Amino acid sequence: MICDVCQDKHATVYLTQIVDGQMKKVNLCEGCAKEKGVTDPTGFALADLLLGLGSDEKVGGAVDERFCEVCDFTHSEFKKTGRLGCSACYHAFGDGLDSLIRAMHKGIRHVGKVPTRYRATKHFTDQITDLKHRLKIAITDENFESAAQLRDEIKSAEAEFVRAKA
Amino acid sequence: MMQFNTILKNPAEWMLSTGPCGEIVISSRVRLARNLAGLSFPGWADEEDRMLVLNSVKPAIEELSEMRGAFSSDLRDLSAIKKQVLVERHLISREQAAKGPGSAAVMNRKQTLCVMINEEDHLRMQSIKAGLNLSSALKMVDKVDTKLEECLDYAFDNQHGYLTACPTNLGTGMRASAMLHLPALVLSEQINQVIGAVNKIGLAVRGLYGEGTEALGNIFQVSNQHTLGEHETEIVARLEKVVRQIVEHEQNARESLFEERRPMLDDQVGRAYAILRHAHIISTKEALNLLSMLRAGVELDYFSPDARGVIDILFMEIQPAHLQIRAGRKLGAEERDILRAEIMRDQLKTLSEPGRFPPSDREDPGSDTTTGGRVKPPEPPAENPESDRRGKGKDNDE
Ligand SMILES: [Zn+2]
Ligand SMILES: [Zn+2]
Repeated sequence: MICDVCQDKHATVYLTQIVDGQMKKVNLCEGCAKEKGVTDPTGFALADLLLGLGSDEKVGGAVDERFCEVCDFTHSEFKKTGRLGCSACYHAFGDGLDSLIRAMHKGIRHVGKVPTRYRATKHFTDQITDLKHRLKIAITDENFESAAQLRDEIKSAEAEFVRAKA
Repeated sequence: MMQFNTILKNPAEWMLSTGPCGEIVISSRVRLARNLAGLSFPGWADEEDRMLVLNSVKPAIEELSEMRGAFSSDLRDLSAIKKQVLVERHLISREQAAKGPGSAAVMNRKQTLCVMINEEDHLRMQSIKAGLNLSSALKMVDKVDTKLEECLDYAFDNQHGYLTACPTNLGTGMRASAMLHLPALVLSEQINQVIGAVNKIGLAVRGLYGEGTEALGNIFQVSNQHTLGEHETEIVARLEKVVRQIVEHEQNARESLFEERRPMLDDQVGRAYAILRHAHIISTKEALNLLSMLRAGVELDYFSPDARGVIDILFMEIQPAHLQIRAGRKLGAEERDILRAEIMRDQLKTLSEPGRFPPSDREDPGSDTTTGGRVKPPEPPAENPESDRRGKGKDNDE
């Protein structure tokens, strides 16, 4: 089993808890468990873990607090309640939230029902996400030829997306 | 609009009918969470925004053909006990019951479809079907969602799907669940193994009313944990497949209990029958656990098959808020226990004695002791001395 947090190392610490009426399981590698301050799996609130609380919590860290510009909801409020303020919060708290979502769900991209209004664009955004992912791999592999080609494909997909949106 | 009392007088359709695998699967539910674009989620919204949501969403729901003659109410207009009745019927959640301005519930006449407004999300719509019927429950609620989508602007993005107040509901916003009655898996102590296996494949198991991990009346809910990254129909198909496997395990466990531990089974069903027919004070917990044994007894031919309907309705009727509505006033815990016992005695009056209670076992007190030592009864330990004494007294009298 792979660690839910880093998605890389082999998991050796297993946590199971009831969160919000749901049984939650999280598997952590040695390093991530330590980083999250998990020493006693039974005495640890999983929600806190998933929401990023733990030994690395800054003391009195009101400075540089992230907040949602649309609804003024703060990141520390989110850590406290596990709920977000509005739909724009998903963008405001982007990176940290994404790894949290990854740990909670089967995938990170929606594949189910799409409201009619979004159906025209969903295809393109999925395509663009795919291309960007492949581009990242190409760059890591120093495969510059295919990276250039992927960049072109992304450009044209984005143009089509804009057209579809209009 | 339907009166609240009409709801109370009539059991929900899913309680009355028997669906596929009805002997084990009590009901199937599918809930969708939706929010309106551009407005804060209910937990963060101010009163003005909450009312705005209520006033745009409620008329849209009431106009649905599915909601003709529906019951519709602002939750502020309902007493605490009435709200609790809706919770006990799984129509609204505990959180919604506690909510303030702008919270409302709309439900159809058959109590198979319920939309909650301003709970954790702006909208939570739920369908309930009898038995194992997840895909038809999904179809029903999906249709309503598609209709509402035409006039409501949902918060959605292509990456994350339907945007919800809690990231655990993100994506499909769908929670599908089946309520299972698993007395044989509990009696044969296989239940933890089953729960462990189910948890491992991304499904959650919990008790009758959420949070509490304790499974009152041997009733368990199995539901999906993940909502993002998998299609609604895939989630439902996977859940349905697992539920079918659990049903099969329960059936096997029932058969082997019947074949290999018949005296114990006779004893459990017999005790449940005797206590429920003659008790004058009984707690919810004891009552649910004994009703569970009666229900199992029906499936194993101790009673006639039509007894299940009465038993299933009792599961609901003996819960605290239902009792208080019946009494027409607030009742203390002891008063509830007395009324509960009274209802049980009355409703089960016509239920004839368990048909497979072999007289030979009663004549031999020795066999009784061995059975008792070999198998753990499902009741809490506190009750055992009392039931034991009763059993022995009967033996001596004969
Ligand atoms: Zn790790
Ligand atoms: Zn926000």
